[in-house]
Amino acid sequence: MKISSVKIISLLFFVLSAFYLYTAYQIQVFSFDENAPFNAKTFPIYLGYTGMLLSALRMILPEKTVEEVNHRVLDYKKVILLVVTMIFYGFTILRVGFFLSTSIFLLFAYYFLGERRWKWMLLFSFPFVALFMLLLHGVLDIYLRDPLLKYLGIIG
Amino acid sequence: MIEGILIGLNTALSLKNILMVMMGCFFGTIIGMLPGLGPMTAIALMIPITYGFDPATGLILMAGVYYGAVFGGSTSSILINAPGVPGTVATSFDGYPMAQQGKAGKALAIAAYSSFAGGTIAAIFLLFAAPSLSKVSLAFRSPDYFALMVLGLTAVSAFSAKGQFLKAMMMAVLGLMLATVGQDTLSDIPRFVFNNMNLSDGISFVLVVMATFAMSEALTIILKGTDPSSAAKAISLKELGSIKLDKDETKKTLKTIPRSSIIGFIVGVLPGAGSTIASFLAYGMERNFVNKEEKEKFGKGSVHGLSAPETANNAACSGSFVPLLTLGIPGSGTTAVMLGALLGFGIQPGPRLYMTNPEIFWSVIMSMYIGMVVLLILNLPLIPYIARILAVPRTFLIPMILFFSVTGIYLMSFNTFDIFLMIGIAVVATGLRLYKFPMPPLILAFVLGGLMEENLRRSLLISDGSFNFLWDRPLTAIILVFTILIFSWQSYLSLKTK
Repeated sequence: MKISSVKIISLLFFVLSAFYLYTAYQIQVFSFDENAPFNAKTFPIYLGYTGMLLSALRMILPEKTVEEVNHRVLDYKKVILLVVTMIFYGFTILRVGFFLSTSIFLLFAYYFLGERRWKWMLLFSFPFVALFMLLLHGVLDIYLRDPLLKYLGIIG
Repeated sequence: MIEGILIGLNTALSLKNILMVMMGCFFGTIIGMLPGLGPMTAIALMIPITYGFDPATGLILMAGVYYGAVFGGSTSSILINAPGVPGTVATSFDGYPMAQQGKAGKALAIAAYSSFAGGTIAAIFLLFAAPSLSKVSLAFRSPDYFALMVLGLTAVSAFSAKGQFLKAMMMAVLGLMLATVGQDTLSDIPRFVFNNMNLSDGISFVLVVMATFAMSEALTIILKGTDPSSAAKAISLKELGSIKLDKDETKKTLKTIPRSSIIGFIVGVLPGAGSTIASFLAYGMERNFVNKEEKEKFGKGSVHGLSAPETANNAACSGSFVPLLTLGIPGSGTTAVMLGALLGFGIQPGPRLYMTNPEIFWSVIMSMYIGMVVLLILNLPLIPYIARILAVPRTFLIPMILFFSVTGIYLMSFNTFDIFLMIGIAVVATGLRLYKFPMPPLILAFVLGGLMEENLRRSLLISDGSFNFLWDRPLTAIILVFTILIFSWQSYLSLKTK
């Protein structure tokens, strides 16, 4: 018997709701609030039960149309590369600074998506980010932490 | 009311706000044109920028983006038969055949005039309806608000995708669950933070919107290998033809506009319905209104068939502001994003908004007129050139969307944890999108989560823990009956087809 992907997702949602419900019961409320008609865990408890009920219904009821996705035509490689690049960007943005990390992120993202026109890639990375920073600092007055540019004496 | 209109005009007509409307309309048009990217993505990308302005300016900018995105969606429907937003699907039924007959310019002009008229007429309705409804809604109590929010979530889930009611309801529950992360508003007790300090303030609304819309839409485009810019490259500036309408076309458009505006506005006010249902309903109704000869032209380039959905979807946009401004409860995903942004400004929309913050209330209404004029004067002649901008390849477009998403959330918190959380939510949302789990119910639920809990708390405390509050007041009971009807109808539809 083949189980549809939507039913598997519903099962995962059921497990998530059960875990949510368990965690909701573990919320420590003040002792004087324990028997109150409503306390910090009342709403989450209702939500946990509702989530379990809905996902159970979705699993039990027969499917009108089976939503299946042809995974062979999906470009997982590019998505994974982009996600990894974004995570790397997240790690470097504070340490290296906004200018360099953003420019490198953009360069890599263009490259991973198949762009090879280096002139345009460079134009829409370093100068573009510099312009963006100028807009933030100069016009919108938003400070961006950038140890590299500070070290170079470009920003204060 | 006259005083309010003058306050609104004074705020909306300041140079800064006019520039914001223009910028919003222009940016919204570009994003709305891209198949797969809709008004919610456009507004989500704008939110971090709006926090640099005062609330009225921020909301005016977002309203401009909203109209621009709906108009942009119509353009791609007409020119390349690829609706940018679901609300413009009906536009393609007759808009694209017209474009194929060499009348793309005329089709765009009909769409622009109809959008302008629909939006303007609906804004006039809004002008009168909003203050009156605000007075009525002062009679609303916590149980009514709670019931209304449940109705809103059920309605949005019911209309978000055909035959996906349970999936949509699951997404709504997920949105509510995400909203409970962080400290409880009344007791400050931490909930679902798992000893992580970064979660003690809860999950940022902008983060969730960016992750579930801007970022996950960009990832979905890459995953599916679609190129939104490819069709735009094929548009020839010379093939658009004249944008001038002849006497007969003008007459037909003028006949369609009033009735479609009324349909659009009424549907827009209803929670959950929105511009998609408004446009389809207006298209269907218009087909019944016209004579037999005109009826046969539907689907082959009918002026009525193009004008009706275009008028209705813009009228619905204005209509959707009624529950937001008067009750503080958004009726659609897009207005939910706006509510979230307003809460970020520290403003609580609701019946008292037009008394406590009249400049915001009235300037948003007034900016709608300005937005419509901007769309008509600026966007229509510029459409061929805007369409050229869309020829920007996805190899540049997608990294830019990802960059604005990451930077947007970084600028709000300067915390890398938020970036990682956003990436995680975006990846999950991309997977859910593949299996047609709708995102608007999640956003609406996330925004309403806090308010819903607060109203349930008050209701239960007043009724000493009893659920009698659900039928004690006639208003609550009526709202609840509507909710049960929608739920039962959707369940019946699911079982019937099986």
